[in-house]
Amino acid sequence: MDQAIRVRGLVVDRGGKRALHGLDCDVPVGRVTGLLGPSGGGKTTFMRCVVGVQRIVAGEVTVLGLPAGSAALRSRIGYVTQAPSVYADLTARANARYFAALQGVPAEAGEAALDEVGLSEDADRLVGRMSGGQRTRVSLACALLGDPEVLVLDEPTVGLDPVLRRDLWATFHRLAEVGSTLLVSSHVMDEAARCDELMLLREGRLVAHDTPDAIREQTGFDDLELAFLALAEQEDAAAHRTQVRA
Amino acid sequence: MSTRATFATARRVLGQLRHDPRTVVLLIAVPSLLLVLFKYVFEGSPQVFDRVGLPMLGIFPFVTMFLVTSIAMVRERTSGTLERLLTTPMHKPDLLAGYALAFGVVALVQGAIAGGIALGPLGLTVAAGIGLVLTLAVLNALLGMALGLFLSAFASTEFQAVQFLPAAVFPQVLLSGLFTPRDQMAEVLRWISNVLPMSYAIDALNAARSSPTITSGMAADLAVVVGCVLAALALGAATLRRRTA
Repeated sequence: MDQAIRVRGLVVDRGGKRALHGLDCDVPVGRVTGLLGPSGGGKTTFMRCVVGVQRIVAGEVTVLGLPAGSAALRSRIGYVTQAPSVYADLTARANARYFAALQGVPAEAGEAALDEVGLSEDADRLVGRMSGGQRTRVSLACALLGDPEVLVLDEPTVGLDPVLRRDLWATFHRLAEVGSTLLVSSHVMDEAARCDELMLLREGRLVAHDTPDAIREQTGFDDLELAFLALAEQEDAAAHRTQVRA
Repeated sequence: MSTRATFATARRVLGQLRHDPRTVVLLIAVPSLLLVLFKYVFEGSPQVFDRVGLPMLGIFPFVTMFLVTSIAMVRERTSGTLERLLTTPMHKPDLLAGYALAFGVVALVQGAIAGGIALGPLGLTVAAGIGLVLTLAVLNALLGMALGLFLSAFASTEFQAVQFLPAAVFPQVLLSGLFTPRDQMAEVLRWISNVLPMSYAIDALNAARSSPTITSGMAADLAVVVGCVLAALALGAATLRRRTA
């Protein structure tokens, strides 16, 4: 299978602390890969590396065959940060149109993207007057513009109602079916089951990377929350044994 | 550079202002009100208004655009929109040119109203035509914008950005020759004055008081100001980092 994102030996420091300890992984094309784990585990840092906005200490990150952050990738990647990075003093439509112009796609693409996230009726409202969930969707719409081949979404469903969350996950899978690669982070374990592949990131280390079914099988737990706990305990026990031996 | 990204950015910046009518009123009305105040506070000695009236038309746009730009850039940084802009195909010059275009338009409106009031009802007499006065006002606005953009990189909050006004702008105003002619300053102060960009902008405005056309001295002053605008923009562009820790 083709790899959309290839990471080798990735080491990153953030805020004077090591945030990622030599990560290796491959993210396949055309699938929804979930990045899960507790907050502070390195999910956002990892995503920033993929988008190419993070200064790294060592290692390499390749996206669609090019070094992460290459100018040629900027029109091929969509990125949604955790805090909605859109203009609060503009309407949803004005935001979408602005980012459409920057991506070099027609203004109508902005309308389509707002429609995709279910905001066409609120398009003329100021983003600053919207609820947190709506702002997140405006931010998401601005990332969908121009049908990027890789979408990096940092906790895009936080604070959304269950119906909308289900609809957005359906959108993610629809995008993956037509060939987009999605990297979606979440700290909610019930979303893990909606992913094609899972990466469990804890304390800057990749604890597991497999399909949900394979992880269930490996740990013997049907519930992914319990499976993740089991993996974390295994990891802790292994670390403890190394310490005792030393 | 992409003209579409530049114009889209200018439209976006003006759109943000449109949703903030109080700021627009303050930007447009305050310079005119201050000019009126100046005129009548110094009613007993009319030569004061005659001397500082025209330089003030350059200082207002400088100060307001410095403030507006530095706060706007701090907001872009803290809200994450700057990082997002830099992950799109947009080039840094597109962003800077977009800001310059938007604030240049605002400075033009501000200068036209303040200049109209000064030259009309307030009876300020200037040798240069309104066209040259407005050009100088817009140039001052661009200088303020470029310096604000560059200095905003050193502010991590809006509070800090506001404090740059007394720190970086007031000394320039004091040393620009607005209150005391530069050649009458103590030698050390004159040297400092010689390296501050606003001094040249005020020199050009002072020259416009007595000359209807661009003199060679004025052209040299303008060249220095344009050079400073470009240098500050280049330094500002260097502070827009795509990759951060």
